Amino acid sequence: MALEIIESCVNCWACLPLCPNKAIYEAAPHFLIDADKCTECTGDFAEAQCVAICPIEGAILDELGVAMNPPGSLTGIPPERWAAAKAEIAAR
Amino acid sequence: MDLPVITPEAPNAGGCSAGSCGSTADQMGGMSAEVRAKVQDHPCYSEDAHHYFARMHVAVAPACNIQCHYCNRKYDCANESRPGVVSEVLTPNQAVKKTLAVAATIPQMTVLGIAGPGDPLANLERTFETFRQLALTAPDIKLCVSTNGLALPANVDELAKYNIEHVTITINCVDPDVGAKIYPWIFWQNRRVYGREAAAILIEQQQKGLEMLVARGILVKVNSVLIPGVNDEHLKEVSKIVKAKGAFLHNVMPLIAEAEHGTFYGIMGQRSPNSAELKALQDSCEGDMNMMRHCRQCRADAVGLLGEDRGDEFTMDKVEAMEIDYEAAMAARAELRARVTAELEDKRQKAHAAKSAPAVQVIQFQPRAAKPAGRPVLMAVAAKGGLVAIHFGHAKEFLVYEASAAGAKFVGHRKADAYCSGDEICGESEMSGESVLERTIRALEGCEVVLCARIGIEPWGKLEAAGIQPNGEHAMEPNEDAVMAVWNEMLAAGKLASKSVAKCA
Repeated sequence: MALEIIESCVNCWACLPLCPNKAIYEAAPHFLIDADKCTECTGDFAEAQCVAICPIEGAILDELGVAMNPPGSLTGIPPERWAAAKAEIAAR
Repeated sequence: MDLPVITPEAPNAGGCSAGSCGSTADQMGGMSAEVRAKVQDHPCYSEDAHHYFARMHVAVAPACNIQCHYCNRKYDCANESRPGVVSEVLTPNQAVKKTLAVAATIPQMTVLGIAGPGDPLANLERTFETFRQLALTAPDIKLCVSTNGLALPANVDELAKYNIEHVTITINCVDPDVGAKIYPWIFWQNRRVYGREAAAILIEQQQKGLEMLVARGILVKVNSVLIPGVNDEHLKEVSKIVKAKGAFLHNVMPLIAEAEHGTFYGIMGQRSPNSAELKALQDSCEGDMNMMRHCRQCRADAVGLLGEDRGDEFTMDKVEAMEIDYEAAMAARAELRARVTAELEDKRQKAHAAKSAPAVQVIQFQPRAAKPAGRPVLMAVAAKGGLVAIHFGHAKEFLVYEASAAGAKFVGHRKADAYCSGDEICGESEMSGESVLERTIRALEGCEVVLCARIGIEPWGKLEAAGIQPNGEHAMEPNEDAVMAVWNEMLAAGKLASKSVAKCA
């Protein structure tokens, strides 16, 4: 049972000091979680702390590879609006 | 009772010199000596000071504990200039090195702020380690911090410990229903809290933090982002409340929202306010509160005088290569500061004397009808250092003054070129087909005159066609003097009788 940080991480440091297991460490090109230390905060907090503060949708996955903060859940931007805006900008 | 009147214009029409007058002269005049001493060399707290003194932000604080709809946490663009954007995040040690390098190269440097790119108080160790080291190595540099306020009550004592005299809190609302439209979530007591509940907690902490800072004698500036249709009317109430609680200055800034910034507001098509809307709101808050008009909405790693970013000169690789004599640098700063402070004090005294001196002005004998009732006129100035010193085509921004019988009042600034000219994602739109000159003319909407040191024939013609009178006759004169000279010419020429030309396309 462990969470994973992937490449969309922006290295903002928010999660690192919150981890009760000190499982998160600075690395290049982005922060990583030591799977051996991560408990998903079970027994410590109601919510996994890194997941609860991470501002980037999709940057943290559970052990099945599912995004803990799926698209639209943090910014409030519906994914289809985001896709449409990106297409519009690319077409300029 | 038609007595001869000696000077029909208001007494302060000729009483101000370079730098500033209007709201700022009044603002400074009404301040205690203690408060004045705290702000007279802080460019973000004193409009006077920003002509002479520089500040820098060190980007040591990447983490944030809230999400705002005008912010995209992924953004990092060298070509953009707006809050929350940086080129490189620094460690506290790097930040200290950079600060000392800048303070040695730019003796006008008086202030070091931590403003992000996240929230300084969500990065306590990094923020306080930077302050701790700088308090030792550059004790003459003022330290300040800009925060969303969520973690303020818990950290006010720590801030006071580092002798922080200035704190800026961004307060966009005092009503959780309004807040729910601005903040999608906050991180609070180990969980992510959403919507109205989140906004209510944030507002409570901001207000508590404000009160605690004021109680400790720390000067508080309140920043608010004007979001049309969301908090525009509401900000008047915000202004009243923060004033009542002892905030020293209110800075209402326009929302920046473009789809290419990837923010909620940008993507969802929330519009930004135009210059007239911003000014109208600032004007309506002004009766209650000192309003800041000279904010440039700078980056979280800005360096130099406001509106003149020199960050490129101080990337970490360049800083590492610099050889610095710290003692000599501090002496140079002290010398410059003493000189400018004396100059400003002298100017303030003169302005004060000009206001109170002429007892010959027996205004009550003056028949009202005879008083020349010139309407106020907005004029843009291509300025540097408080003087009409920039060629029209070289101006990156224009300072806008409202000239009237009461004098020249600084009311804001207009950016002349798009702040982003980089790659495709943040590049300017080619499809609009708008030239830089056309954009500049559009940016000057509402202004009837533009003063500059020089100007070419082509822009001259286009400005005239757009109803904006170019004027190059006051080069190197202080902004306020030049603006009032032009206004008095317009008055004498009978151009200020009606309000018909108040807006030009």
